[in-house]
Amino acid sequence: MSDVILSVKDLTAEVDGTPILKGFNLEIKAGEIHAIMGPNGSGKSTFSKILAGHPAYTVTGGEIVFQGQNLLELEPDERAKSGVFLAFQYPLEIPGVSNVDFLRVSYNAKRKHEGLDELDAFDFDEVVRSKVTLLKMDPSFLNRSVNEGFSGGEKKRNEILQMALLEPSLGILDEIDSGLDIDALKVVASSVNALKKPENATLIITHYQRLLNYITPDFVHVMANGRILKSGGKDLALELEAKGYDWVLDSQAVGA
Amino acid sequence: MTIQSTLSDVGNLGVSTKVDRAAYLLGLLSLRSELPSELAGLKEIRDRAFSLVRDRAIPSTREEEWRFTDLSGLLQVQFQNSAPSEIGFPQIESFLLPESTNSRLVFVDGVYAPALSAVNDLPDGVLAGNLAAGVQLFPKLYEHLALHPGGEEIFTALNTASFTDGAIVWVPKNQAITPPIHLLFVSTREALCHPRALVVAETGSSVTLVEEYVCLAEGAYFTNPVTEIWLGENAEVRHTRVQRDSVAAFHIGKTAVSQARDSRYDCTTVSLGGKLSRHHLEVYQTGEQTDTKLNGLTIVDGDRLGDTHSLIALSQPYGTANQVNKTIVSDRAHAVFNGRVVVPKAAQLTNAAQLSRNLLLSPKARVDTKPQLEITADNVKCAHGATVSQLEDDEVFYLQSRGIEADQARKLLTYAFAIEVIDRISVASLRNALTQLVRIQSA
Ligand SMILES: Nc1ncnc2c1ncn2[C@@H]1O[C@H](COP(=O)(O)OP(=O)(O)O)[C@@H](O)[C@H]1O
Ligand SMILES: [Mg+2]
Repeated sequence: MSDVILSVKDLTAEVDGTPILKGFNLEIKAGEIHAIMGPNGSGKSTFSKILAGHPAYTVTGGEIVFQGQNLLELEPDERAKSGVFLAFQYPLEIPGVSNVDFLRVSYNAKRKHEGLDELDAFDFDEVVRSKVTLLKMDPSFLNRSVNEGFSGGEKKRNEILQMALLEPSLGILDEIDSGLDIDALKVVASSVNALKKPENATLIITHYQRLLNYITPDFVHVMANGRILKSGGKDLALELEAKGYDWVLDSQAVGA
Repeated sequence: MTIQSTLSDVGNLGVSTKVDRAAYLLGLLSLRSELPSELAGLKEIRDRAFSLVRDRAIPSTREEEWRFTDLSGLLQVQFQNSAPSEIGFPQIESFLLPESTNSRLVFVDGVYAPALSAVNDLPDGVLAGNLAAGVQLFPKLYEHLALHPGGEEIFTALNTASFTDGAIVWVPKNQAITPPIHLLFVSTREALCHPRALVVAETGSSVTLVEEYVCLAEGAYFTNPVTEIWLGENAEVRHTRVQRDSVAAFHIGKTAVSQARDSRYDCTTVSLGGKLSRHHLEVYQTGEQTDTKLNGLTIVDGDRLGDTHSLIALSQPYGTANQVNKTIVSDRAHAVFNGRVVVPKAAQLTNAAQLSRNLLLSPKARVDTKPQLEITADNVKCAHGATVSQLEDDEVFYLQSRGIEADQARKLLTYAFAIEVIDRISVASLRNALTQLVRIQSA
């Protein structure tokens, strides 16, 4: 297997006939942490949902190769089982489905895909409780309906809990920091760091530099209007924090 | 008991004219058997109901109340009288609730089965038994039986004209009964039966009631039950009504409830079976500050029909009413909900909310939902709404993005939609059994 986890080339995509991604390129290798920053509406969430396979978005050109396979050929659940995980910017509430049942079904789907035995409720409980402790979550979350009545911060932690269980090779965190106070942010960041392994990769989407104080990216990309305008190291995030996005957009306009 | 068949020459009613429908109804009426001597006091009530039915016909879809519910399938089925089945304990074991080991009344094809019933553990003064025995102990029974408004409705009247026994639960003043009382109506054969139940919860009393219709064979029988519930002042009744009839059966049932002041009635209905099932659920608030909660779930598939016609009639100040009716409709099935809420001028400072939520799982599935709020009081809070939806793509996607296949995701979401109603049931064993059933139905 090549050490390239994700390779996106000249990706274009639209929703309801409106182009959103307009020639998007990105390569992520094993062991790397990438951050995509950019103003609201630039297409960051669209890109993340296309990776996960959301049916509302139509890919009109380009390619996405994930660990050597054409990601666009896979159903959303197959992508998840192959190791793509998206922590949603706005996690859904699912009344009536208990969180622990949902987590177990999800966990077992992955295990089955990997040819492992599924865990029964009892054994799974042990696994999930250890992760809950790690994330400093209140165990009572497990028995509530998925995300129902959770605060913004609780929902985000629940997303990370799912990631901790599924151990993806590519974790995509869409604005995981929004709505988190500084303590919650530290907990989330340290769990993301703890999940880090040389063979997997992380893509952080944010428009605040703050998160990147706790999770150090290897690469920072600035996205606007459906494509990446500039890439650099972790210092680029600090520069964006100090100067705002306009200088990147302006220099692009000049260069164009 | 004399049993005779008088329904021999009704013939094949392929096309239903008014004449056919009248003849068919008369045929059903003619199947009624003699009143047992203990219930001779009921003769007048019965005769009155008989004359209400005699000159009428099975309703057609031209009648507004039956617009969406076509009874012509019923006209194809001929019923005969036959001897009641002898069934034993093992056959009903799977329906028993451990919480009601000693508070259970069993009726087989409408006939009381004392050997299968058990009511040993109820407090002194509480009566749970059959009408024929109960009338000796509670002559006051006649002050309650068949006295609800709406008794002229054709199937209600057919029941009143035909029933020969029934269940009675009488909870005296200030008695709180802990074990739920389980009324189990078992169908065993292709027959017409008219189960009847009378529940009286006197002032300050409280009771949990489970009323359940089940079957031992998948036949085309017709169950036409009527349950009357009277809540005295400040009484509390928690009622679960479960209809698990055969998928070939017809079920047209009535629940009529009267609530005196400060009483609380909390009803959860779950309708899973029946080729055609219809439930008339009527609640009359007769005193101030009464509280009514109705939560319903109907699941229909194949080409079955499930219909709920409800009425909440407020009449006094400070009343509250909350109703949620859910349906899950797949294949070519059809769900109907008609929910009337009446808030007259006298019912000031009341609060009524009604929600009809319907989940259509296939393009050919159909739902007709009609909230009917009739409000003439001016100082009231009323909210109502109806939603008809497919499963949300975003919800399915969220589950898929966690590795759950689309098909399984849809099942999980359907199950979740249903379970919100089931979870309201306080009797754990029943809740678990229904959870299992719904899990299987949505699998
Ligand atoms: N499902 C959708 N339907 C219509 N427009 C959408 C949809 N998703 C995204 N868009 C549009 O695409 C653009 C990019 O949105 P988004 O990807 O959410 O940006 P970001 O995450 O960078 O803030 C916006 O103009 C947004 O309105
Ligand atoms: Mg976004």
